[in-house]
Amino acid sequence: MKATNAPNLIVSSENLTKKYGDISVVDKLNLSIEEGCFCGILGPNGAGKTTTLRMFVGLCPIDGGSLTLFDKSMPENASVVRESVGIVPQMDNLDPDFTVEENLSVYGRFFGLSSSVLQSRIPELLAFSSLQDKANSKISELSGGMKRRLTLARALINKPKLLILDEPTTGLDPQARQAIWQKLRELKKQGLTLILTTHYMEEAERLCDRVIVMNHGEIKADAPPKKLIRKEIEAHVLEVHAAEDDLLSRIKQDTSVARFEKSGDIHFFYGEKLTQALDMLEQSSHDDYLFRPANLEDVFIKLTGRDLRE
Amino acid sequence: MGNFGEPFLYLLVLGYGLGQFVGQVEGLTYMAFLASGVLCTSAVNSASFEGMYSAYTRMDVQQTWLGMLSTPVSIGEVVFGEILWAATKSLISVTAILIVATGLGLVADLWALLILPVAFLTGLCFASLALLVTSSAKSYDFFLYYTTLFITPMVLLSGVFFPIDTLPMGVQWLAKSLPLYHAISLVRPLMTGGELSYVIPHLSVLMLYGVTAGLWATSRIKKRLIK
Repeated sequence: MKATNAPNLIVSSENLTKKYGDISVVDKLNLSIEEGCFCGILGPNGAGKTTTLRMFVGLCPIDGGSLTLFDKSMPENASVVRESVGIVPQMDNLDPDFTVEENLSVYGRFFGLSSSVLQSRIPELLAFSSLQDKANSKISELSGGMKRRLTLARALINKPKLLILDEPTTGLDPQARQAIWQKLRELKKQGLTLILTTHYMEEAERLCDRVIVMNHGEIKADAPPKKLIRKEIEAHVLEVHAAEDDLLSRIKQDTSVARFEKSGDIHFFYGEKLTQALDMLEQSSHDDYLFRPANLEDVFIKLTGRDLRE
Repeated sequence: MGNFGEPFLYLLVLGYGLGQFVGQVEGLTYMAFLASGVLCTSAVNSASFEGMYSAYTRMDVQQTWLGMLSTPVSIGEVVFGEILWAATKSLISVTAILIVATGLGLVADLWALLILPVAFLTGLCFASLALLVTSSAKSYDFFLYYTTLFITPMVLLSGVFFPIDTLPMGVQWLAKSLPLYHAISLVRPLMTGGELSYVIPHLSVLMLYGVTAGLWATSRIKKRLIK
């Protein structure tokens, strides 16, 4: 048993495993997520992010290990657990036969909510998602951003304790994305626990207080984003584009270059200061380079490699 | 409309046109004989199309079912809901045909109202079969196999257009092993004031097909979606 003063665990897994054939898509995952946490799960395609989230709500059979949500074991309690979870799926699955408002009310019905509860909750959610004027619109009349906001509103219809978002901003324009971010921050402030997967490092860096990097079904890193950058990678990155071999070999002589990588015709030099290397570049005629602080994307690439994933 | 217009055309065109040559069948005018067959076929088609094309759209293209499964709703409930809805569509088209048939004087008496629950059961049966087909479908094209290889031959052989006792024995047994024949065997006497026989066996065949297909479809759809 855990100590009584330990924070409430929303999700807890031990050696959680999912296999397709001989391949472990999720491999002995040990994970616990505390109440109120905004947790980001990052990883290349096929890393096991979506599979993990599907297991959380009983939409994917578990092949090994154990999983509990709200102290209830899964998948036996899937139906009860889903009463307290909101899900924003990767692909919009709003019902095109219904209006915006009907989508919310029909979905609420699936949770067994009465029409009087829905009558008060739907206007709140329409206001929260800035869709008041669209209450009677058909889904086909909504923009991509509106659809995502409606999907988010729909996921909140049951006042969930946990909100799961699978790539909520993929394919949105910057305005629509920032609108979603703002909503998510509001929800976090209200004390909701959020789990988000994303391919946008910037999104994870801005929103999450904890980032989990997955690769081949395993957790490669798990820390707050700032700490992850400090811990996992050098402070600065120098990107040199299409340079002569001679210049590159001179840059490599800078003793503060901790390591370097080549990707196509770009060379990445990682280090704390890289002053010598910068001087050399300044003296040379080569001006196609970029010196910047390391970010979460650099950590991601370091942990999961540069190879393309299919 | 689509599910109602086509049977209506069949009834009028074949009933009048072919009826001129055929004369009486089993003591009925050809149109009266045909009406019950066309009505049952309409129940079959309405439920089948809803259970195939529309259900597939919700399962695969729109991912509506996956959305529903993000709530406390279970796969069994989703599938049963689809079956109920498809059978309701059968009921709607059959009701429309029954009204028209009454207007044409093809309905004997109020016993004909019992056609509605039989049509609903027929709808449940064929909706379940359609969902079983949908559970294996990779695209809409797949449904053509089912309609061409199963539905159409069944409609032609189950006594919709002519009594099956003119067919070779083997073919008769084949027809009797399929559910449509049993729906027609119940609906025809109810519509024309004939004598009902083997009610329980006829109902049992429809139920057996429906329940078996429904359960099988549920387990297949579960494997397909929860993976």
